[in-house]
Amino acid sequence: MALISCENVTMKYDGQTAVDNVSFRVEPGDYLCIVGENGSGKSTLVKGLLGLLKPVSGKIVFDGVESSEIGYLPQQTMAQKDFPASVYEVVLSGCRSRMFYGKEAKRRALMNMERLDIGSLKNKCYRELSGGQQQRVLLARALCATEKLLLLDEPAAGLDPVITAELYALIAELNESGITIIMVSHDIQNAVRYGSRILHMAMHGAFFGTTGDYLKSEEGRRMTGGIEDV
Amino acid sequence: MFDFLTSLFSYAFITRALIVGVLVALCAALLGVSLVLKRYSMIGDGLSHVGFGALSVSLALGVAPLEVSLPVVALAAFLLMRLGENSMIKGDAAIAIISSSAIAIGIIVVSLTTGMNVDVYNYMFGSILAMSESDVMLSVLVSAVVLTLYALFYNKIFAVTFDESFARAIGIRAGRYNMLVAMLTALIIVVGMRMMGALLISSLIIFPAVTSMRVFKSFKSVVICSAAVSVFCFVAGIVISFAWSVPAGAAVVAVNLTVFFLFCAVKRVLMGRL
Repeated sequence: MALISCENVTMKYDGQTAVDNVSFRVEPGDYLCIVGENGSGKSTLVKGLLGLLKPVSGKIVFDGVESSEIGYLPQQTMAQKDFPASVYEVVLSGCRSRMFYGKEAKRRALMNMERLDIGSLKNKCYRELSGGQQQRVLLARALCATEKLLLLDEPAAGLDPVITAELYALIAELNESGITIIMVSHDIQNAVRYGSRILHMAMHGAFFGTTGDYLKSEEGRRMTGGIEDV
Repeated sequence: MFDFLTSLFSYAFITRALIVGVLVALCAALLGVSLVLKRYSMIGDGLSHVGFGALSVSLALGVAPLEVSLPVVALAAFLLMRLGENSMIKGDAAIAIISSSAIAIGIIVVSLTTGMNVDVYNYMFGSILAMSESDVMLSVLVSAVVLTLYALFYNKIFAVTFDESFARAIGIRAGRYNMLVAMLTALIIVVGMRMMGALLISSLIIFPAVTSMRVFKSFKSVVICSAAVSVFCFVAGIVISFAWSVPAGAAVVAVNLTVFFLFCAVKRVLMGRL
Protein backbone atom coordinates (compact mmCIF):
# COMPACT_ATOMS: atom_id res chain seq x y z
CA MET A 1 0.00 0.00 0.00
CA ALA A 2 1.59 3.27 -1.13
CA LEU A 3 1.90 6.23 1.25
CA ILE A 4 1.54 8.60 -1.66
CA SER A 5 0.33 7.82 -5.15
CA CYS A 6 0.44 10.47 -7.82
CA GLU A 7 -1.56 9.63 -10.91
CA ASN A 8 -1.13 11.69 -14.06
CA VAL A 9 -0.59 14.83 -12.06
CA THR A 10 -0.45 18.08 -13.99
CA MET A 11 0.22 21.32 -12.12
CA LYS A 12 0.46 24.92 -13.16
CA TYR A 13 2.67 27.62 -11.73
CA ASP A 14 2.11 31.25 -12.71
CA GLY A 15 -0.21 30.09 -15.45
CA GLN A 16 2.44 27.83 -17.02
CA THR A 17 2.36 24.06 -16.93
CA ALA A 18 5.19 23.18 -14.56
CA VAL A 19 4.41 19.53 -13.85
CA ASP A 20 3.15 17.64 -16.85
CA ASN A 21 1.37 14.33 -16.42
CA VAL A 22 3.62 12.85 -13.76
CA SER A 23 2.88 9.53 -12.06
CA PHE A 24 4.76 7.88 -9.22
CA ARG A 25 4.25 6.07 -5.95
CA VAL A 26 5.98 6.32 -2.62
CA GLU A 27 5.95 3.09 -0.61
CA PRO A 28 6.68 2.98 3.13
CA GLY A 29 10.45 2.84 3.68
CA ASP A 30 11.32 4.19 0.23
CA TYR A 31 14.11 6.66 -0.38
CA LEU A 32 12.86 8.57 -3.39
CA CYS A 33 15.08 11.14 -5.05
CA ILE A 34 13.45 13.72 -7.28
CA VAL A 35 15.99 15.01 -9.78
CA GLY A 36 15.81 17.16 -12.88
CA GLU A 37 17.04 20.38 -14.35
CA ASN A 38 16.07 23.84 -13.12
CA GLY A 39 12.56 24.68 -14.19
CA SER A 40 11.54 21.05 -14.56
CA GLY A 41 8.82 21.50 -11.95
CA LYS A 42 10.45 19.98 -8.86
CA SER A 43 9.49 22.86 -6.57
CA THR A 44 5.95 22.93 -7.91
CA LEU A 45 5.60 19.21 -7.30
CA VAL A 46 6.85 19.72 -3.73
CA LYS A 47 4.12 22.32 -3.20
CA GLY A 48 1.63 19.78 -4.49
CA LEU A 49 2.84 17.09 -2.08
CA LEU A 50 2.61 19.54 0.82
CA GLY A 51 -0.94 20.38 -0.17
CA LEU A 52 -0.14 24.03 -0.86
CA LEU A 53 -1.03 23.87 -4.53
CA LYS A 54 -3.75 21.77 -6.13
CA PRO A 55 -3.11 19.79 -9.31
CA VAL A 56 -5.13 21.01 -12.30
CA SER A 57 -5.63 17.41 -13.31
CA GLY A 58 -4.76 13.98 -12.00
CA LYS A 59 -4.66 13.23 -8.31
CA ILE A 60 -2.34 12.92 -5.36
CA VAL A 61 -3.65 10.31 -2.92
CA PHE A 62 -2.30 9.96 0.61
CA ASP A 63 -2.74 6.74 2.52
CA GLY A 64 -1.72 6.43 6.15
CA VAL A 65 -0.23 9.92 6.17
CA GLU A 66 -1.73 13.38 5.76
CA SER A 67 -0.07 15.99 3.62
CA SER A 68 0.33 18.14 6.73
CA GLU A 69 2.10 15.22 8.46
CA ILE A 70 5.08 15.43 6.16
CA GLY A 71 8.28 16.53 7.86
CA TYR A 72 9.46 19.23 5.50
CA LEU A 73 12.99 20.58 5.23
CA PRO A 74 12.73 23.70 3.07
CA GLN A 75 15.64 25.53 1.55
CA GLN A 76 17.04 28.15 3.88
CA THR A 77 16.00 31.75 3.35
CA MET A 78 18.09 34.90 3.63
CA ALA A 79 16.03 36.09 6.60
CA GLN A 80 17.05 33.05 8.65
CA LYS A 81 20.74 33.82 8.38
CA ASP A 82 20.62 36.45 11.12
CA PHE A 83 17.53 35.29 12.97
CA PRO A 84 17.77 35.41 16.76
CA ALA A 85 16.29 32.09 17.87
CA SER A 86 17.57 29.35 20.11
CA VAL A 87 17.95 25.84 18.73
CA TYR A 88 15.23 24.65 21.10
CA GLU A 89 12.78 27.31 19.89
CA VAL A 90 13.36 26.30 16.28
CA VAL A 91 13.01 22.56 16.90
CA LEU A 92 9.93 23.02 19.06
CA SER A 93 8.24 25.01 16.30
CA GLY A 94 8.06 21.77 14.31
CA CYS A 95 5.51 20.37 16.74
CA ARG A 96 1.89 20.86 15.84
CA SER A 97 -0.16 22.62 18.46
CA ARG A 98 -3.38 24.51 18.90
CA MET A 99 -1.84 27.44 20.71
CA PHE A 100 0.73 26.38 23.27
CA TYR A 101 3.17 23.47 23.33
CA GLY A 102 2.33 20.80 25.87
CA LYS A 103 4.62 18.38 27.71
CA GLU A 104 4.43 15.86 24.89
CA ALA A 105 5.62 18.41 22.31
CA LYS A 106 8.53 19.48 24.50
CA ARG A 107 9.53 15.85 25.07
CA ARG A 108 9.42 15.24 21.33
CA ALA A 109 11.58 18.25 20.60
CA LEU A 110 14.22 17.17 23.14
CA MET A 111 14.13 13.59 21.89
CA ASN A 112 14.67 14.61 18.27
CA MET A 113 17.51 16.90 19.26
CA GLU A 114 19.22 13.97 20.98
CA ARG A 115 18.52 11.78 17.98
CA LEU A 116 20.39 14.18 15.70
CA ASP A 117 23.15 14.78 18.19
CA ILE A 118 22.41 18.45 18.76
CA GLY A 119 21.21 18.13 22.36
CA SER A 120 24.20 20.11 23.58
CA LEU A 121 23.28 23.03 21.31
CA LYS A 122 19.84 23.47 22.91
CA ASN A 123 20.35 27.05 24.08
CA LYS A 124 22.71 28.11 21.32
CA CYS A 125 21.66 30.76 18.85
CA TYR A 126 20.62 29.36 15.49
CA ARG A 127 22.42 32.06 13.49
CA GLU A 128 25.75 31.25 15.16
CA LEU A 129 25.76 27.59 14.11
CA SER A 130 27.67 26.18 11.16
CA GLY A 131 25.74 25.30 8.00
CA GLY A 132 25.80 21.59 8.86
CA GLN A 133 24.52 22.19 12.39
CA GLN A 134 21.75 24.42 11.05
CA GLN A 135 20.59 21.63 8.74
CA ARG A 136 20.53 19.22 11.69
CA VAL A 137 18.40 21.66 13.63
CA LEU A 138 15.96 21.97 10.72
CA LEU A 139 15.94 18.17 10.35
CA ALA A 140 15.10 17.79 14.04
CA ARG A 141 12.27 20.27 13.55
CA ALA A 142 11.02 18.28 10.56
CA LEU A 143 11.11 15.09 12.64
CA CYS A 144 8.90 16.79 15.23
CA ALA A 145 6.27 17.19 12.54
CA THR A 146 6.30 13.58 11.35
CA GLU A 147 6.68 9.95 12.32
CA LYS A 148 6.73 8.60 8.83
CA LEU A 149 7.81 10.80 5.99
CA LEU A 150 10.48 13.42 5.42
CA LEU A 151 10.50 15.70 2.39
CA LEU A 152 13.91 17.31 1.93
CA ASP A 153 14.44 20.14 -0.52
CA GLU A 154 18.11 20.37 -1.55
CA PRO A 155 19.33 19.48 1.94
CA ALA A 156 23.01 19.75 1.02
CA ALA A 157 22.86 23.12 -0.73
CA GLY A 158 25.78 25.30 0.33
CA LEU A 159 27.48 22.69 2.53
CA ASP A 160 31.09 21.62 2.14
CA PRO A 161 31.86 18.04 0.94
CA VAL A 162 32.67 16.61 4.37
CA ILE A 163 29.52 17.98 5.99
CA THR A 164 27.49 16.94 2.93
CA ALA A 165 28.70 13.34 3.30
CA GLU A 166 27.81 13.39 7.01
CA LEU A 167 24.36 14.74 6.25
CA TYR A 168 23.67 12.08 3.62
CA ALA A 169 24.83 9.38 6.03
CA LEU A 170 22.48 10.78 8.65
CA ILE A 171 19.55 10.81 6.23
CA ALA A 172 20.34 7.22 5.22
CA GLU A 173 20.31 6.27 8.92
CA LEU A 174 16.90 7.86 9.37
CA ASN A 175 15.70 5.95 6.34
CA GLU A 176 16.96 2.67 7.79
CA SER A 177 15.14 3.42 11.03
CA GLY A 178 11.93 3.25 9.03
CA ILE A 179 11.29 6.83 7.93
CA THR A 180 10.34 7.25 4.31
CA ILE A 181 12.44 9.87 2.54
CA ILE A 182 11.62 12.05 -0.43
CA MET A 183 14.57 14.19 -1.43
CA VAL A 184 14.70 16.86 -4.09
CA SER A 185 18.28 17.21 -5.24
CA HIS A 186 20.62 18.52 -7.87
CA ASP A 187 23.28 16.21 -6.57
CA ILE A 188 22.78 13.31 -8.95
CA GLN A 189 25.78 11.31 -7.67
CA ASN A 190 24.41 11.10 -4.16
CA ALA A 191 20.85 10.69 -5.42
CA VAL A 192 21.71 7.47 -7.25
CA ARG A 193 23.99 6.38 -4.45
CA TYR A 194 21.44 6.62 -1.65
CA GLY A 195 18.06 6.66 -3.38
CA SER A 196 16.11 3.45 -3.86
CA ARG A 197 13.91 5.06 -6.46
CA ILE A 198 14.37 8.00 -8.79
CA LEU A 199 11.84 10.40 -10.21
CA HIS A 200 13.50 12.32 -13.01
CA MET A 201 11.44 15.37 -13.92
CA ALA A 202 11.73 16.80 -17.42
CA MET A 203 9.79 19.20 -19.60
CA HIS A 204 8.22 16.37 -21.52
CA GLY A 205 7.78 13.06 -19.82
CA ALA A 206 9.24 12.04 -16.50
CA PHE A 207 11.14 8.89 -15.62
CA PHE A 208 10.10 6.98 -12.53
CA GLY A 209 11.62 3.72 -11.41
CA THR A 210 14.22 2.03 -9.29
CA THR A 211 17.71 3.48 -9.19
CA GLY A 212 19.04 0.47 -11.13
CA ASP A 213 16.57 1.01 -13.96
CA TYR A 214 17.30 4.74 -13.90
CA LEU A 215 21.01 4.20 -14.46
CA LYS A 216 20.21 2.12 -17.54
CA SER A 217 17.69 4.61 -18.89
CA GLU A 218 18.50 7.33 -21.39
CA GLU A 219 17.91 10.13 -18.85
CA GLY A 220 20.01 8.41 -16.25
CA ARG A 221 22.93 7.82 -18.57
CA ARG A 222 22.86 11.44 -19.69
CA MET A 223 22.71 12.80 -16.13
CA THR A 224 25.32 10.51 -14.63
CA GLY A 225 27.65 10.49 -17.59
CA GLY A 226 27.41 6.70 -17.79
CA ILE A 227 28.53 5.63 -14.32
CA GLU A 228 26.76 2.42 -13.52
CA ASP A 229 28.50 0.83 -10.63
CA VAL A 230 27.97 3.28 -7.81
CA MET B 1 14.28 64.89 41.33
CA PHE B 2 11.13 64.24 43.35
CA ASP B 3 9.93 67.77 42.68
CA PHE B 4 10.58 67.29 39.02
CA LEU B 5 8.49 64.11 38.94
CA THR B 6 5.64 65.70 40.90
CA SER B 7 5.57 68.61 38.51
CA LEU B 8 5.71 66.17 35.59
CA PHE B 9 2.63 64.30 36.77
CA SER B 10 0.77 67.42 37.82
CA TYR B 11 -0.09 67.93 34.17
CA ALA B 12 -3.02 65.75 33.16
CA PHE B 13 -1.91 65.78 29.50
CA ILE B 14 1.46 64.30 30.45
CA THR B 15 -0.18 61.51 32.42
CA ARG B 16 -2.44 60.79 29.45
CA ALA B 17 0.49 60.87 27.05
CA LEU B 18 2.43 58.49 29.28
CA ILE B 19 -0.42 55.98 29.50
CA VAL B 20 -1.08 55.98 25.77
CA GLY B 21 2.61 56.08 24.91
CA VAL B 22 3.70 53.24 27.18
CA LEU B 23 0.94 50.99 25.83
CA VAL B 24 1.67 51.90 22.22
CA ALA B 25 5.42 51.52 22.71
CA LEU B 26 4.93 48.09 24.28
CA CYS B 27 2.68 46.78 21.50
CA ALA B 28 4.75 48.34 18.72
CA ALA B 29 7.88 46.66 20.07
CA LEU B 30 6.24 43.21 20.12
CA LEU B 31 4.92 43.52 16.58
CA GLY B 32 8.18 45.12 15.49
CA VAL B 33 10.21 41.98 16.23
CA SER B 34 8.21 40.02 13.67
CA LEU B 35 8.14 42.84 11.13
CA VAL B 36 11.88 43.48 11.31
CA LEU B 37 12.77 39.79 11.10
CA LYS B 38 10.45 39.24 8.16
CA ARG B 39 12.05 42.18 6.38
CA TYR B 40 8.76 44.08 6.58
CA SER B 41 10.15 47.04 8.54
CA MET B 42 9.01 49.50 5.94
CA ILE B 43 5.37 48.52 6.41
CA GLY B 44 5.29 50.55 9.60
CA ASP B 45 6.71 53.52 7.77
CA GLY B 46 4.32 53.15 4.84
CA LEU B 47 1.28 52.82 7.08
CA SER B 48 2.16 55.91 9.10
CA HIS B 49 2.41 57.94 5.90
CA VAL B 50 -0.97 56.65 4.86
CA GLY B 51 -2.16 57.70 8.31
CA PHE B 52 -0.84 61.21 7.70
CA GLY B 53 -2.80 61.40 4.45
CA ALA B 54 -5.94 60.21 6.21
CA LEU B 55 -5.52 62.71 9.06
CA SER B 56 -5.08 65.60 6.61
CA VAL B 57 -8.19 64.60 4.71
CA SER B 58 -10.20 64.31 7.92
CA LEU B 59 -8.93 67.76 8.95
CA ALA B 60 -10.08 69.21 5.64
CA LEU B 61 -13.47 67.52 5.90
CA GLY B 62 -13.83 68.53 9.52
CA VAL B 63 -14.53 64.99 10.74
CA ALA B 64 -13.00 63.10 13.66
CA PRO B 65 -9.44 62.08 12.73
CA LEU B 66 -9.62 58.53 14.13
CA GLU B 67 -12.82 57.60 12.33
CA VAL B 68 -11.20 58.30 8.99
CA SER B 69 -7.67 57.11 9.61
CA LEU B 70 -8.50 53.80 11.29
CA PRO B 71 -10.29 52.21 8.32
CA VAL B 72 -7.97 53.84 5.77
CA VAL B 73 -4.78 52.60 7.44
CA ALA B 74 -6.29 49.14 7.98
CA LEU B 75 -7.19 49.00 4.29
CA ALA B 76 -3.66 50.08 3.37
CA ALA B 77 -2.23 47.30 5.57
CA PHE B 78 -4.46 44.79 3.81
CA LEU B 79 -3.40 46.03 0.36
CA LEU B 80 0.30 46.06 1.25
CA MET B 81 0.19 42.44 2.40
CA ARG B 82 -1.70 41.43 -0.71
CA LEU B 83 0.70 43.27 -3.01
CA GLY B 84 3.62 41.60 -1.31
CA GLU B 85 2.13 38.15 -1.86
CA ASN B 86 1.22 38.58 -5.47
CA SER B 87 4.61 40.10 -6.21
CA MET B 88 3.41 42.05 -9.23
CA ILE B 89 5.24 44.95 -7.66
CA LYS B 90 7.87 43.94 -5.11
CA GLY B 91 7.07 44.64 -1.46
CA ASP B 92 9.40 47.56 -0.83
CA ALA B 93 8.47 49.31 -4.07
CA ALA B 94 4.78 48.84 -3.32
CA ILE B 95 5.23 50.45 0.10
CA ALA B 96 7.14 53.39 -1.38
CA ILE B 97 4.40 53.96 -3.97
CA ILE B 98 1.60 53.82 -1.43
CA SER B 99 3.30 55.97 1.20
CA SER B 100 4.44 58.78 -1.07
CA SER B 101 1.05 58.83 -2.81
CA ALA B 102 -0.70 59.09 0.55
CA ILE B 103 1.49 62.01 1.64
CA ALA B 104 0.94 63.73 -1.71
CA ILE B 105 -2.83 63.39 -1.46
CA GLY B 106 -2.73 64.66 2.12
CA ILE B 107 -0.67 67.71 1.20
CA ILE B 108 -2.82 68.54 -1.82
CA VAL B 109 -6.03 68.32 0.19
CA VAL B 110 -4.55 70.44 2.97
CA SER B 111 -3.24 73.16 0.70
CA LEU B 112 -6.54 73.35 -1.17
CA THR B 113 -8.53 73.72 2.04
CA THR B 114 -7.09 74.84 5.37
CA GLY B 115 -3.55 75.50 4.21
CA MET B 116 -0.49 74.29 6.13
CA ASN B 117 -1.21 75.03 9.76
CA VAL B 118 -0.25 73.93 13.26
CA ASP B 119 -2.52 70.88 13.06
CA VAL B 120 -0.74 69.59 9.98
CA TYR B 121 2.63 70.28 11.55
CA ASN B 122 1.53 68.32 14.63
CA TYR B 123 0.37 65.40 12.53
CA MET B 124 3.80 65.16 10.97
CA PHE B 125 5.98 65.56 14.05
CA GLY B 126 3.56 64.74 16.83
CA SER B 127 2.22 66.62 19.80
CA ILE B 128 2.10 65.52 23.38
CA LEU B 129 -0.98 67.67 23.83
CA ALA B 130 -2.91 65.64 21.31
CA MET B 131 -4.08 62.90 23.67
CA SER B 132 -7.64 63.23 25.00
CA GLU B 133 -9.58 61.07 27.49
CA SER B 134 -11.06 59.08 24.64
CA ASP B 135 -7.60 58.43 23.22
CA VAL B 136 -6.59 56.93 26.55
CA MET B 137 -9.65 54.66 26.46
CA LEU B 138 -8.93 53.67 22.88
CA SER B 139 -5.28 52.92 23.52
CA VAL B 140 -6.13 50.74 26.52
CA LEU B 141 -8.66 48.84 24.42
CA VAL B 142 -6.37 48.45 21.40
CA SER B 143 -3.35 47.40 23.41
CA ALA B 144 -5.45 44.88 25.33
CA VAL B 145 -6.47 43.36 21.99
CA VAL B 146 -2.89 43.37 20.67
CA LEU B 147 -1.36 41.88 23.83
CA THR B 148 -4.01 39.16 24.07
CA LEU B 149 -3.74 38.10 20.43
CA TYR B 150 0.05 38.25 20.56
CA ALA B 151 0.19 36.04 23.64
CA LEU B 152 -2.33 33.55 22.23
CA PHE B 153 -0.63 33.25 18.86
CA TYR B 154 2.95 33.72 20.02
CA ASN B 155 4.07 30.25 18.92
CA LYS B 156 2.38 30.56 15.56
CA ILE B 157 3.85 34.00 15.02
CA PHE B 158 7.30 32.61 15.79
CA ALA B 159 6.83 29.70 13.39
CA VAL B 160 5.62 31.95 10.58
CA THR B 161 8.31 34.56 11.20
CA PHE B 162 11.12 32.04 11.25
CA ASP B 163 10.07 29.93 8.31
CA GLU B 164 6.93 30.57 6.37
CA SER B 165 7.34 27.61 4.00
CA PHE B 166 7.69 25.15 6.86
CA ALA B 167 4.81 26.71 8.77
CA ARG B 168 2.57 26.35 5.73
CA ALA B 169 3.68 22.75 5.30
CA ILE B 170 2.55 21.76 8.80
CA GLY B 171 -0.80 23.38 8.19
CA ILE B 172 -0.37 26.83 9.75
CA ARG B 173 -2.19 29.42 7.68
CA ALA B 174 0.74 31.76 7.36
CA GLY B 175 -1.16 34.35 5.33
CA ARG B 176 -3.61 34.85 8.17
CA TYR B 177 -0.89 35.49 10.72
CA ASN B 178 0.92 37.90 8.40
CA MET B 179 -2.34 39.74 7.96
CA LEU B 180 -2.99 39.69 11.70
CA VAL B 181 0.39 41.28 12.42
CA ALA B 182 -0.14 43.90 9.70
CA MET B 183 -3.62 44.77 10.99
CA LEU B 184 -2.48 45.06 14.59
CA THR B 185 0.38 47.26 13.41
CA ALA B 186 -2.11 49.48 11.60
CA LEU B 187 -4.15 49.83 14.81
CA ILE B 188 -1.13 50.74 16.91
CA ILE B 189 0.09 53.26 14.35
CA VAL B 190 -3.26 55.03 14.23
CA VAL B 191 -3.42 55.25 18.02
CA GLY B 192 0.16 56.45 18.48
CA MET B 193 0.56 58.59 15.39
CA ARG B 194 -0.79 61.90 16.62
CA MET B 195 1.45 61.87 19.65
CA MET B 196 4.63 60.51 18.02
CA GLY B 197 4.12 62.13 14.62
CA ALA B 198 3.46 60.38 11.32
CA LEU B 199 7.10 60.70 10.33
CA LEU B 200 8.43 59.30 13.60
CA ILE B 201 6.02 56.57 14.75
CA SER B 202 7.68 53.81 12.75
CA SER B 203 10.74 54.19 14.97
CA LEU B 204 8.73 52.63 17.82
CA ILE B 205 8.27 49.54 15.68
CA ILE B 206 11.76 49.18 14.28
CA PHE B 207 14.23 50.49 16.88
CA PRO B 208 13.50 48.24 19.90
CA ALA B 209 13.69 45.04 17.82
CA VAL B 210 16.89 46.02 16.04
CA THR B 211 18.43 47.15 19.32
CA SER B 212 17.56 43.91 21.18
CA MET B 213 18.82 41.75 18.33
CA ARG B 214 22.31 43.18 18.88
CA VAL B 215 22.66 41.39 22.17
CA PHE B 216 19.96 38.75 22.66
CA LYS B 217 19.99 35.41 20.94
CA SER B 218 16.66 33.72 21.39
CA PHE B 219 13.36 34.91 20.00
CA LYS B 220 11.74 35.07 23.41
CA SER B 221 14.54 37.13 24.95
CA VAL B 222 14.50 39.49 21.97
CA VAL B 223 10.75 39.98 22.37
CA ILE B 224 10.99 40.64 26.11
CA CYS B 225 13.98 42.95 25.75
CA SER B 226 12.30 44.89 22.92
CA ALA B 227 9.25 45.50 25.08
CA ALA B 228 11.40 46.70 27.98
CA VAL B 229 13.66 48.87 25.81
CA SER B 230 10.69 50.40 24.06
CA VAL B 231 8.84 51.35 27.24
CA PHE B 232 12.03 52.67 28.86
CA CYS B 233 12.91 54.80 25.82
CA PHE B 234 9.43 56.20 25.64
CA VAL B 235 9.30 57.26 29.27
CA ALA B 236 12.84 58.67 29.11
CA GLY B 237 11.89 60.54 25.94
CA ILE B 238 8.86 62.12 27.60
CA VAL B 239 10.91 63.18 30.62
CA ILE B 240 13.55 64.74 28.38
CA SER B 241 10.90 66.42 26.27
CA PHE B 242 9.36 67.93 29.42
CA ALA B 243 12.68 68.98 30.94
CA TRP B 244 14.14 70.58 27.82
CA SER B 245 10.96 71.53 25.99
CA VAL B 246 11.71 69.51 22.86
CA PRO B 247 9.01 67.67 20.85
CA ALA B 248 8.14 64.35 22.53
CA GLY B 249 8.29 62.20 19.39
CA ALA B 250 11.74 63.42 18.43
CA ALA B 251 13.01 62.98 22.00
CA VAL B 252 11.77 59.37 22.08
CA VAL B 253 13.53 58.61 18.80
CA ALA B 254 16.73 60.22 20.06
CA VAL B 255 16.68 58.06 23.20
CA ASN B 256 16.06 54.99 21.05
CA LEU B 257 19.05 55.85 18.90
CA THR B 258 21.24 56.30 21.98
CA VAL B 259 20.17 52.95 23.42
CA PHE B 260 20.81 51.32 20.04
CA PHE B 261 24.42 52.55 20.09
CA LEU B 262 24.72 51.44 23.69
CA PHE B 263 23.63 47.91 22.74
CA CYS B 264 26.06 47.90 19.81
CA ALA B 265 28.83 48.76 22.28
CA VAL B 266 27.68 46.01 24.66
CA LYS B 267 27.77 43.55 21.77
CA ARG B 268 31.35 44.60 20.98
CA VAL B 269 32.37 44.02 24.58
CA LEU B 270 30.66 40.61 24.71
CA MET B 271 32.21 39.54 21.42
CA GLY B 272 35.64 40.66 22.61
CA ARG B 273 35.37 38.52 25.70
CA LEU B 274 34.49 35.33 23.82
